[in-house]
Amino acid sequence: MSDQVPATFDDFLRGVWRENPVVVQMLGLCPTLAVTNSVANGLAMAMATAFVLLGSNLLVSSLKKWIPHEVRITSYVLIIATFVTIADMLLEAAVPVVHKQLGPFVALIVVNCIILGRAEAFASRQSVKRSLLDALGTAAGFTLVLVLLSAVRELLGTGALLGIDLLGPRFEPWVIMVLPPGGFLTLGVVMLVLGWHAKRSTGRANGEGAA
Amino acid sequence: MSAGHAHGAPPEMEPAPAVPSWRLLATLGFAGALAGGLIVTVYSATLPRIEAHRAELVESAVREVLKAPARWDTLYLEGGVLTKTPSAGADRRQLERVFLGYTASDSVIGAAVTAGEPGFSDVISLIFGLEPTRGTLLGMKVLAHKETPGLGDKIEKTPFTSRFDGPATPLRGVKSAPSTPNDLQTITGATISSRTVVNIINNATSRWQPLLQAYLRGGTP
Repeated sequence: MSDQVPATFDDFLRGVWRENPVVVQMLGLCPTLAVTNSVANGLAMAMATAFVLLGSNLLVSSLKKWIPHEVRITSYVLIIATFVTIADMLLEAAVPVVHKQLGPFVALIVVNCIILGRAEAFASRQSVKRSLLDALGTAAGFTLVLVLLSAVRELLGTGALLGIDLLGPRFEPWVIMVLPPGGFLTLGVVMLVLGWHAKRSTGRANGEGAA
Repeated sequence: MSAGHAHGAPPEMEPAPAVPSWRLLATLGFAGALAGGLIVTVYSATLPRIEAHRAELVESAVREVLKAPARWDTLYLEGGVLTKTPSAGADRRQLERVFLGYTASDSVIGAAVTAGEPGFSDVISLIFGLEPTRGTLLGMKVLAHKETPGLGDKIEKTPFTSRFDGPATPLRGVKSAPSTPNDLQTITGATISSRTVVNIINNATSRWQPLLQAYLRGGTP
């Protein structure tokens, strides 16, 4: 048991950083670009996706012995669609304002590649415990990117964060940041910074290796 | 592993035993039933709250555009006539409706009317208060829209919304400060969105005002 601990902790970390679903695997870009115009929307989307991801990884990994290989994709999609429908109803009952803001994007979690990707590539082969950690890590990585992007966009696009005015009345909002182009711009800048960081750290590691 | 026939072939290349088709069907049938059961459970558990939220939304909008009425009646449009009590066979949710508000002393304040038309990017739907006898407006609230943030979305904010307290219908969208009771100042940079709001109200008024007047002439407040 104890020798499994480092491996399982890595199951979590991998999704957060090294194999981040958005900025490394480039999956789930549709919600990443579409609903990050405010932190509240980004967070709600991240939470809904986390709920579906946890549910689907849990069910897929615990039912993997009983799901015949031939009908696995059908079964996974059915599992995912069920959790999405439940998340949609719970969101509408609990936070109707946010639910209205997210519009059709909650239902579109069904076709989020992150979820089907984790079910097929990980949960269908691994233990329940590892699959849950994997789902938690992937969800944390997705949340991280969504919150980062939406914070930048909301702050520059409206001068506020979570609706609280931070930049004062003299700040002229960059409206484009809360429009679709702002999503592409922000994601592009984030990818640029991460790419530059990755290149610099590989360069340094190589330099040290040579020295 | 039998020698001769599969000599040298790696064991994982052997085809997996075929799964009988009844098992595929059973798996999917069971999964479908389970999913259906789960969804129906959550649906019936969340439905009361969702419906309460929707009713609350309508209620607060009616309160806002009718200037806090003491009470209001829901009037249903059935067979071209407004009625408080639709016939027993009619599904109330399918009928169009307006809300007629009264003061504490039972005099009519006006009717809250919902209407919608395509704006700049999608349908703008709104509710407005109409005094049916004189045809003046009491207030306006945008219920849903997808107009451009920062430009078109000014239709749901003051000062634009406060301009709908008092003007007479039919409205005339003007670019400068109003000079007649029918003038309504539109928003610079959101001409299409604000003109759409004006058109929605004009069209809805010409449709609903005669119906409301007929209902009020019929008596029974």
